[in-house]
Amino acid sequence: MLASSRPGISPSRLEAPSRRLGEKAIQGLLGACAAISVVTTTAIVISLLGPSLSFFGEVSIADFLFGTEWSPALRPQSFGVLPIVVGTLSVTFWGLLFAVPIGLLSAIYLSEYARPRVRRTLKPLLEVLAGIPTVAIGFFAFSFVTPALQEVWPGFLGDEPNIFNALAAALAIGLLIVPIIASISEDAMSSVPSGLREGAYAMGATRMKVALRVVFPAALSGIVASIVLGVSRAVGETMVVLMAAGATPNLTFNPVESIEAMTAYIAITGTGDIATGTLEYNTIFAVGLVLFVMTLGMNMLSIRLVRKYREVYE
Amino acid sequence: MSDAIRTERTRLAVAGARSVALGLSRQPRADVAKGGVFLALLLLAVGVALTGLVLLLADAIVDGGGRFGIDLFTEKASSLPSRAGFQDAILGTLWVIGGVIVFCLPIGIGAALYLEEYASKERWWNRLVEVNIQNLAAVPSIVYGILGLAFIVRGPLDLGFIVLAASLTLTLLVLPTVIIASREAVRAVPDSIRQGSLALGATRWQTIRHQVLPAAIPGVMTGVILAISRAIGESAPLLLLGAATFVTANPTSPFTDGYTTLPVQIYNFFARAQEDYIQLAAAGIIVMLIVLLAMNSFAIWLRNRYEQRW
Repeated sequence: MLASSRPGISPSRLEAPSRRLGEKAIQGLLGACAAISVVTTTAIVISLLGPSLSFFGEVSIADFLFGTEWSPALRPQSFGVLPIVVGTLSVTFWGLLFAVPIGLLSAIYLSEYARPRVRRTLKPLLEVLAGIPTVAIGFFAFSFVTPALQEVWPGFLGDEPNIFNALAAALAIGLLIVPIIASISEDAMSSVPSGLREGAYAMGATRMKVALRVVFPAALSGIVASIVLGVSRAVGETMVVLMAAGATPNLTFNPVESIEAMTAYIAITGTGDIATGTLEYNTIFAVGLVLFVMTLGMNMLSIRLVRKYREVYE
Repeated sequence: MSDAIRTERTRLAVAGARSVALGLSRQPRADVAKGGVFLALLLLAVGVALTGLVLLLADAIVDGGGRFGIDLFTEKASSLPSRAGFQDAILGTLWVIGGVIVFCLPIGIGAALYLEEYASKERWWNRLVEVNIQNLAAVPSIVYGILGLAFIVRGPLDLGFIVLAASLTLTLLVLPTVIIASREAVRAVPDSIRQGSLALGATRWQTIRHQVLPAAIPGVMTGVILAISRAIGESAPLLLLGAATFVTANPTSPFTDGYTTLPVQIYNFFARAQEDYIQLAAAGIIVMLIVLLAMNSFAIWLRNRYEQRW
């Protein structure tokens, strides 16, 4: 497509003097770098599916998905995955209950109320929060949040939280998700055309009404996408639940009790010495597969929502 | 138009505007109150998030400050908590992360250049690559640990529990971040620069190599910094890759068998559930946050240098 033209050559021969094999090789090399992503996905699927298939050869899928007893390490073994799925969902639910309002209100403040200078200071601070290693957040959950909860726990809520409990992990994960929700929602709200705001102001709307009835609905799909991403992050989070939520498979949404999340199960079992190929070893992959399918589904949803919201104003 | 008329008209206009403005600003009291409460709520939310950050840092400093000292950098793990430090873990992190940088820089930038400069969106395989990258960015890190365990430590590559296996796994983990950020940097380079270079007879690759890449480097660096910071703090996948075993020797090469990294060592000390070790873990968190800060500052300095050159 590129032609180096020399005087005296007719237009029909406006081609590169060589076949430019080097250029083609480079393109191939760069393409191979991009193709690694496809290889990675394939490798993930194969590495999860292979051992999972041999696992499901011995344990029926129905027993796995709907069983309410999870004790792969004890005899008699039981492989009902529900307790650890519910453990993950419980931490996610309580964490989101904390993170969604805080994240969205922060986003509204940053996008609609904060002066540019304040915003320039606050946004990086929130990003610092997003960049703190999860092992530090897990430590915080165990050494600060749990004792603080036990200290202030009001009697009418029942028993005070266990030393390992879902609530402390959920609050710490919430803290981890707040910057994700705040920053993506803020982007969505900032990209709402200012004409919409000005129109509303001209009609006599107050600042709060503009933020809540005009900007918020206009940015809704971006906001929902940020929440979906937050859920996916909470479901996949390992260190915090490992350090603060415990290792007791427990079919309950009660946040004060010790539970076990799917990720924590994988980490604990994978760290221990188990012989390759045993049924217990294969549980890692079966649980990993459940986790992968859950986060993949949510991510697809989030991509679709973001794409939809992009179409509105471009 | 005489001055008298102008002043008369101006006065009229100002009076009119003022009366309209007065009418508008006289909002119902309930609205004013609601607005105030709402703003208070917003500030409260931001305050809660920032308080969380401050409490987290304060908690680590209070718990580990007493244990913090230079010996954390000069001592290795030990069965005596009073004599244990993080030297082997810090060196382990440096070896692992060094490997991640070596792998993810060329692959990440290469993929970004391909997708931005060569790939036509009409081809299904290019769209497949894009969807893959978006999805990989959201795969939980522990799943990468499973991949590393099944494919790199055992299985096809069969490297064993060595530093290199951790580097490769973390590379796959951070690649999507590097690619997405690099693509944005490459896309931000104005087309006129490409067209100018092509018009002068440069080939496609010469244009990319000498014009696009130098212009995009600062942005690419930002993405790489973010990705590397994430890799430094990552511990969950490494638990599956043998980093959790107790070692007391410093790693010496990418093929060292038996290594640990800073966040994994923090978790290990924490998991012993003894007062002394928990204190040590908190001190380790301070070390980790300092290391992260130092590396980020270095990277920002590096980025500024590149920016000046351009």
